[in-house]
Amino acid sequence: MNHAQRNRLLSAAAHIGALLPLARMLFDLVTARYGPDPIREFTLRTGRTAITLLLLSLACTPAVRLSGFKPLLRLRRPLGLYSFFYAAVHFLIFVGVDYAFDFALIRAALLEKRYALVGLTTFLVLAVLAVTSTRGWKRRLGKNWKRLHRLAYAAGVLAVVHFIWLVKPGVMRPWYYAAVLGGLLLARFPFAKQRARASGDE
Amino acid sequence: MRDIPSSEITPEAVYLSRRAFLKSMGILTAGAGVLAACGPALVPTSTSDPSGEQPSAGATTDELGDPLNTYDEITHYNNYYEFSTDKQRVAELAEGYPTSPWEIQVGGLVHNPKTYSLDDLRKFEIEERIYRLRCVEAWSMVIPWLGFPLHKLLAEVEPKAEAKYVRFESVYDPERMPGIRQNPWYSWPYVEGLRLDEAMHELTILATGLYGKDLLPQNGAPVRLVVPWKYGFKSIKSIVKIDLVAEMPTSLWMAAAPNEYGFYANVNPEVDHPRWSQATERRIGELGRRPTLMFNGYEAEVAHLYAGMDLRVNF
Repeated sequence: MNHAQRNRLLSAAAHIGALLPLARMLFDLVTARYGPDPIREFTLRTGRTAITLLLLSLACTPAVRLSGFKPLLRLRRPLGLYSFFYAAVHFLIFVGVDYAFDFALIRAALLEKRYALVGLTTFLVLAVLAVTSTRGWKRRLGKNWKRLHRLAYAAGVLAVVHFIWLVKPGVMRPWYYAAVLGGLLLARFPFAKQRARASGDE
Repeated sequence: MRDIPSSEITPEAVYLSRRAFLKSMGILTAGAGVLAACGPALVPTSTSDPSGEQPSAGATTDELGDPLNTYDEITHYNNYYEFSTDKQRVAELAEGYPTSPWEIQVGGLVHNPKTYSLDDLRKFEIEERIYRLRCVEAWSMVIPWLGFPLHKLLAEVEPKAEAKYVRFESVYDPERMPGIRQNPWYSWPYVEGLRLDEAMHELTILATGLYGKDLLPQNGAPVRLVVPWKYGFKSIKSIVKIDLVAEMPTSLWMAAAPNEYGFYANVNPEVDHPRWSQATERRIGELGRRPTLMFNGYEAEVAHLYAGMDLRVNF
């Protein structure tokens, strides 16, 4: 297998893996497998998938450093874009189905309460990153592109905080994501410093 | 034996207004007929299909005209952290949980402490009460409970004059309840409390069934509290102990997050949870949201209990 084939295979695996949760959701929607509260069910599932994919996207760089397997770097963009896609569906369910486009209610729910506000901020950050993920924007932003796209870490933190603030105190599920994110942030730190020293920038 | 001072029972005006209200709700229909359809057992012997009878209720809507939630919704969407924090897993994990024999010890500041068996509970006249249940997580259901007013049981044990609050305790069974083992940081057992006048209120019931059938374990079998104007977590399940006390009890949720869960926990669209709005709710089975009603729609019946109190402070 040559490099091009391998990269195509890797890329295909990422696309299929990222689309599987969507396929499962559509199947469950069509066959009515969603329990008594479908809005909550699909809101939670799209939200969880968005966070999972964002963390996977953030895990690519540390994984390359650990394994030396560079092609993984190519997955950061598609995984990040899929994360944005699920976050967008999540947001649309919230606005369009849960609140049925009742903007007075949405305003109150979104802007006055911290868990929803943090969720909205996460979504906006992901939207900016998605829009500027193209080659054209990369060229236009030059050196600033990399700085801007470090916001992916901020989005990860915001997304996990959003999850933590949603559950009752003592419910552990969001803390598993927090642990993974913490690990990823730690994994970056020494390397970032080393590189900064080596290259003299930042 | 001592008569309960009338001050500890119910002002007649309140009682009469309640009476009119209950009548308007059509919930004074005696439960005898409904119970007869259940057969003799108060506690189901099999949770899968207790003798095959269909769930039935005396009405199809609550007094506001909103339809009842289905039996399937009510029995498969449960907050019961002793089994699981996943609402949709509680039913399977609770299946077959033994709820017979069962005892409730009623004591504390009472003249006649008594341990109630299921047979003792069967002696109370069972009524159907169609109540809205509003969860603090901002979803709600309409549920046709079977049960009897708590004040009938309290009258038997005769609270002493010093008794100001009622403390309830759930069964603590870590061996059979995986949620207790998985979430050891909560101050188990589950504890809830009511002020004595709240406990004596006509709307406050001990429920033993729903939809004409005995309660299933996931709904708090064999006997649970239902306080319809408070958030659902106040309606403690599978009660083993009721104590009359002088001091305000600390509930499990008050201990877990005192800034988020208060003792009163009255449904109030104007007092938000610190992290989310309580202005609206999603009725299970509906799309979109509906406005949350003050005291969950029971304002006329219960607002007087809180006259002069700041409901933002006493949340």
